[in-house]
Amino acid sequence: MRHTIAVLVENKPGVLARISSLFRRRGFNIESLAVGTTEKESISRMTIVVSGDDKTIEQVMKQLNKLVEVIKVSDLTQDSVERELALVKVAVTPEKRSEIIEIANIFRARIVDVSRESFIVEITGDEDKINAFIDLMRQYGIKEISRTGKVSMARGKRTV
Amino acid sequence: MRGANAIIKALEMEGVRHIFGIPGGAIIEVYDALFDSEITHILTRHEQAAVHAADGYARASGKTGVAFATSGPGATNTVTGIANAYMDSSPIVVMTGQVPTALIGNDAFQEADITGITMPITKHNYLVTDATKLPEIIKEAFTIASTGRPGPVLIDLPKDVTIADIEFNYPEKIDLIGYKPKTAGHPRQIKRASELIMKSERPVILAGGGIRLSEAQEELLKLAETIPAFVVTTLMGKGAISETHPLCLGFVGMHGTKYADYALHEADLVIAVGCRFSDRTTGRVSDFAPYAKIIHIDIDPAEIGKNVRVDVPIVGDAKLVLKELVNHVQYKQRKEWEDKVNDWRRSYPLRYIKEKDKIKPQFVIEKVYELNPDAIVTTEVGQNQMWAAQYFKVKHPRQFISSGGLGTMGFGFPAAMGAQTAFPEKTVVDIAGDGSILMNIQELATCVDYHIPVKICVLNNAYLGMVRQWQELFYNERYSATRLRYEGLSFEKIAKGFGAVGMTVEKPSEVEDALKEAFEIDTPVLIDFWVEKLENVYPMVPPGAALNEVIDKEV
Ligand SMILES: Cc1ncc(C[n+]2csc(CCOP(=O)(O)OP(=O)(O)O)c2C)c(N)n1
Ligand SMILES: [Mg+2]
Repeated sequence: MRHTIAVLVENKPGVLARISSLFRRRGFNIESLAVGTTEKESISRMTIVVSGDDKTIEQVMKQLNKLVEVIKVSDLTQDSVERELALVKVAVTPEKRSEIIEIANIFRARIVDVSRESFIVEITGDEDKINAFIDLMRQYGIKEISRTGKVSMARGKRTV
Repeated sequence: MRGANAIIKALEMEGVRHIFGIPGGAIIEVYDALFDSEITHILTRHEQAAVHAADGYARASGKTGVAFATSGPGATNTVTGIANAYMDSSPIVVMTGQVPTALIGNDAFQEADITGITMPITKHNYLVTDATKLPEIIKEAFTIASTGRPGPVLIDLPKDVTIADIEFNYPEKIDLIGYKPKTAGHPRQIKRASELIMKSERPVILAGGGIRLSEAQEELLKLAETIPAFVVTTLMGKGAISETHPLCLGFVGMHGTKYADYALHEADLVIAVGCRFSDRTTGRVSDFAPYAKIIHIDIDPAEIGKNVRVDVPIVGDAKLVLKELVNHVQYKQRKEWEDKVNDWRRSYPLRYIKEKDKIKPQFVIEKVYELNPDAIVTTEVGQNQMWAAQYFKVKHPRQFISSGGLGTMGFGFPAAMGAQTAFPEKTVVDIAGDGSILMNIQELATCVDYHIPVKICVLNNAYLGMVRQWQELFYNERYSATRLRYEGLSFEKIAKGFGAVGMTVEKPSEVEDALKEAFEIDTPVLIDFWVEKLENVYPMVPPGAALNEVIDKEV
């Protein structure tokens, strides 16, 4: 099963390498990884999507916790808001132009770059929504996709 | 203060008395500062040996061992030593020189990315880029290496950092937000454990290296005697309880005693303390202790549930947890079980066939034990290691030093050197193989140079014996690349060439005299025992078999 794990780490050089080295060494599968700063300058937050059975996920969390620069590890698989952002460069022709704009609107995606042959569409949402959008865009010809990987936050009072 | 002087000052404040290492261009400043220090530096002849020596020093004394190496090849030579310390949770701090920060990443002369290389084999490591952080980093390194589940920490020191002028303020304490080892066990789990113990009819304690690391031998003994429960140990746990104690069944697993294997297999409760259920200990893991509930006490939460299912997990320091646990259990007689185990012990003792004109390797160990039961014993890896573990009965957890997790040939001798440095007045014996000893034989020079009177007993069977044993048993006697002996090789002459005492012993009748002589001489001695070449280690749990499928040689 896939789990979304939030990891608070000290914002120091080499931390990302340490974490990816750990995943590689122990044979854990990273599906996506997103890193950014937090409300505290000295602390970064990583959101890691990892797949495995319960025992593997337990090991992932315990092994992460052992790293000196890791401050906190939380499983956000349940009851959390998950978002991803994607930029999709899609081919446009004069005939298809308005069709693409319409689909983008339905998905609340934004067209952030316009040229004669292509649009860049920015879309945020959970993974399913982004996948659905990308699927629809395929018929027009996708030139390039860049996705951020998932970020996540627990709903309600809970904080990590 | 110069960075280099700050480093030495910090080491002095950590109470470091000995450093093992080899200098070079990138770390020359630190060595220059060391020149004026009270700290004794021991110039090993290979950096791998420096790290093993620091490791042996740590295992024998409980103090954090320290090793120095220069950048590039000096640093890469430490890798095996670091991995070895990591696998066996040994507290060491390794400091390496590095090219100046401005050159890092440029493939400068003798540049190697040692923090990158050692990331998966250190508990933590540092590349110091800001000289003002030196005191804090050194304090952190020693704290991390020696607390919680101990392990190696590496500090990489770019040359400009060692030259920079800094203010020296050594922190008393440090606070690492991401590092808070848990020490006291959870009261509810301890309670649950005690209930299982009181219900159990066939309890067995499985003690690992964690007993030594947390100095929990007294608490363990008290628990074992209170319940009472038989104690089996892992290889790393040898000496957790005196092996002469009636409750001790010796070490368990691939080459452990048959009665320890049987007892663990038949137990209805396993109380595992400070061990990690390695495959060498458990045998086929799906059939490990099939009738037992398992209580697992360990300071590292990640070890709990990693290899075997656990009924009661207790995260905490072995000493504290055992101390508390013993308060919740009472004596209960378990006559039937006691008789059964004692029966096994009588029926399946460790045994081998003595021969009049051939030296049996087991016989050499028995003699070493007989003549010097209080010696600190280190081992190399292979058959020699297993015979040493089987036939030398240790009393204390720091008396037996062996490479368990990594199984590093070449560990025993430099580790003995480290142990001897920590305890100059004790006898330190390395039980070696004719293959392993050559992997760090150059350290004879160090031992002679610094008057470190280690005694090396080479069980010379002319083979990479343990591999040969597997080839004999599982590969149709196809002895591919395991023969070692050739005409003209003389360990005696090698020893003499280094200025040590060398002896060759070819007859059983000479074994005792040679050992007596060696123990009396106050210099390093190497004795080359020409033992039976084709002797195998038994009992043996074949790879992939369960503990109760242990095989023994017909005697
Ligand atoms: C550095 C290293 N290389 C290879 C091995 C694999 N290995 C395990 S035991 C062994 C044989 C050791 O031979 P020797 O030192 O003569 O000991 P014996 O088994 O004969 O007592 C070998 C090669 C190892 N453990 N370590
Ligand atoms: Mg041999």
